[in-house]
Amino acid sequence: MSGVRVLVGTVKGAFILTSDAKRENWEIDGPHFGGWEIFHLKGSPVDPNRLYASQSSDWFGQVIHRSNDGGKSWETMGNEFLYEGTPGTHQWYDGTPHPWEFKRVWHLEPSLNDPDMVYAGVEDAAIFLSKDGAQTWHELGGLRGHGTGPDWQPGAGGLCLHTILLDPKNEGRIFAAISAAGAFRSDDMGKSWKPINQGLSSEYIPDPTAEIGHCVHRIAKHASQPDVLFMQKHWDVMRSDNAGDSWYEISGNLPSDFGFVVDVHAHEPETVFVIPIKSDSEHYPPEGKLRVYRSRTGGNEWEALTKGLPQSDCYVNVLRDAMAVDSLDPCGVYFGTTGGQVYVSADAGDQWTAITHDLPRVMSVEVQTLP
Amino acid sequence: MIRVKLPHHLQNIAGVGSEMLLDIEGPVTQQAILDALESQYPVLRGTIRDHATQQRRPYLRFFASGEDVSHEAPDAPVPDAVATGAEPFRIVGAIAGG
Repeated sequence: MSGVRVLVGTVKGAFILTSDAKRENWEIDGPHFGGWEIFHLKGSPVDPNRLYASQSSDWFGQVIHRSNDGGKSWETMGNEFLYEGTPGTHQWYDGTPHPWEFKRVWHLEPSLNDPDMVYAGVEDAAIFLSKDGAQTWHELGGLRGHGTGPDWQPGAGGLCLHTILLDPKNEGRIFAAISAAGAFRSDDMGKSWKPINQGLSSEYIPDPTAEIGHCVHRIAKHASQPDVLFMQKHWDVMRSDNAGDSWYEISGNLPSDFGFVVDVHAHEPETVFVIPIKSDSEHYPPEGKLRVYRSRTGGNEWEALTKGLPQSDCYVNVLRDAMAVDSLDPCGVYFGTTGGQVYVSADAGDQWTAITHDLPRVMSVEVQTLP
Repeated sequence: MIRVKLPHHLQNIAGVGSEMLLDIEGPVTQQAILDALESQYPVLRGTIRDHATQQRRPYLRFFASGEDVSHEAPDAPVPDAVATGAEPFRIVGAIAGG
C-alpha cells in the first residue's frame, strides 16, 4: 500500500514522519542529528531511499549526511565547498565589498535522473554539484561569474541560494533563486546563467525594477507546465508564463502578499498555495489567523483554507522551504511552522490536522510519495 | 599516545567516545594533533578547522594543561603533560545558554 514519508528539518535535528495513503495516523521518528540545525533534507526522485541532509552549526560548520535506507542509517559525506577560482567580493549590507565566504548549505536538490547527482544551494550564494553521491562538490561557477555577482547583497538571513528547480522536460534547464539578488536561469546544465527578474518591482532597492536585487523567497512550478513559474517574493506573489523571462503579479485578493512559501498542486497545475504573513516587520499571520490561501485559477483569485488551523492568537511563521505536496490522489499538502507544528491536509487544503505540535522550529518540509 | 577530548557533536560524527588516542610521530604540536585527528577521522575535516583557511573555527577553543592555547602558533609544541599523554588535549565548544 502506498504511503508518504515527510522529511522535516528543524533547528534541533531532523524528523521523519510516515503514514499510509490515508495520511491520518503518523509515526514520528527522530531526532536524527539531535542538536544540529537541519536546514534541509530531501530524497532522490529515482531512489526514494537515497536521502541527503544538510546540517549546519555555528560551532562546527557544515556537515552533509546521506542515507541509503530511507533514513534508518546515515553516513557522513563530503563537506568541502570551495568556490571556483578567486572568489572575489559581493556587496555587504552597507554597500561595501565583502569577500565571498562559504557558510552553509540551505537547500539540497537531488537530480531527477541520477541518485548520485545532487545540487546544493549555499550561503554565500552559489550553486554546487556533486556527481558522486555527495562525496565531492564543485561549484557551477557560471552563476556567480555571469556578471552581476559582485553587486549581490544579502538579505537579513544572509546571501543565500535557497531555491533550485529542475525541469523534467529539459535536462539542461535549472532555475535558482537568491535572497536578495533575485531569480536566475541556466539552459545548459548550469554552465551559464542569466538573471530573470523582468517584471519584479521592489521598493526596498534604489531602482525598484533593477535587473537584480530582488528578495525572492521561493519559486515553485508544476512538472507539466515547465515554463510556468510561481514566485513568493518578499512582497508580491508573482507568475511567469515564459520560464522567467517576464513576471506579472497575481497577489489579487490575498490579505497580505508578503510570505515565504509557495507550492503547486500535484495534479492541477493552476492550483497554487501560499501562506500570507502580515509584513516584513511582523513575521506572523495577519490577525493571528493561520490561513493557507489556494488559487484554482493560477493566481489573483484566492480562497482562505482554515479548517483545522488555529484562527486566533497564532503568531508563528512558515519559512521558505517548509511547504511541500505529495502526489497521492487527492493531493496532500504539508507545512511546518516556527512554532514546531507540522500540518497536513489530505484533501488539497480543504481540511488540516497537525501531525505534531511540539517539534523545534521547523526549517524545511519535504514529502516523498512511496509506492 | 596523545589523548584528545572532543565536544559531544564531534564525538557523534566521528563515532567515538569522549576521549580518543592518537599516535603522533615527531614534535607534538596543535597542527600535528589536528592533522592526525583528521587523518584518522576524515569526517572531522572542516568541522574544527576551516577547509579553505585551515583556521580554527571561531566558536572552538583548544585547552591544554589548564591553559587556553587557542592562540598559540599551530607549530608550537604543546605542553609536556599533553605531549606525554598525561593530560588530554581538549577541543571545547563555546557554551550556549537560553
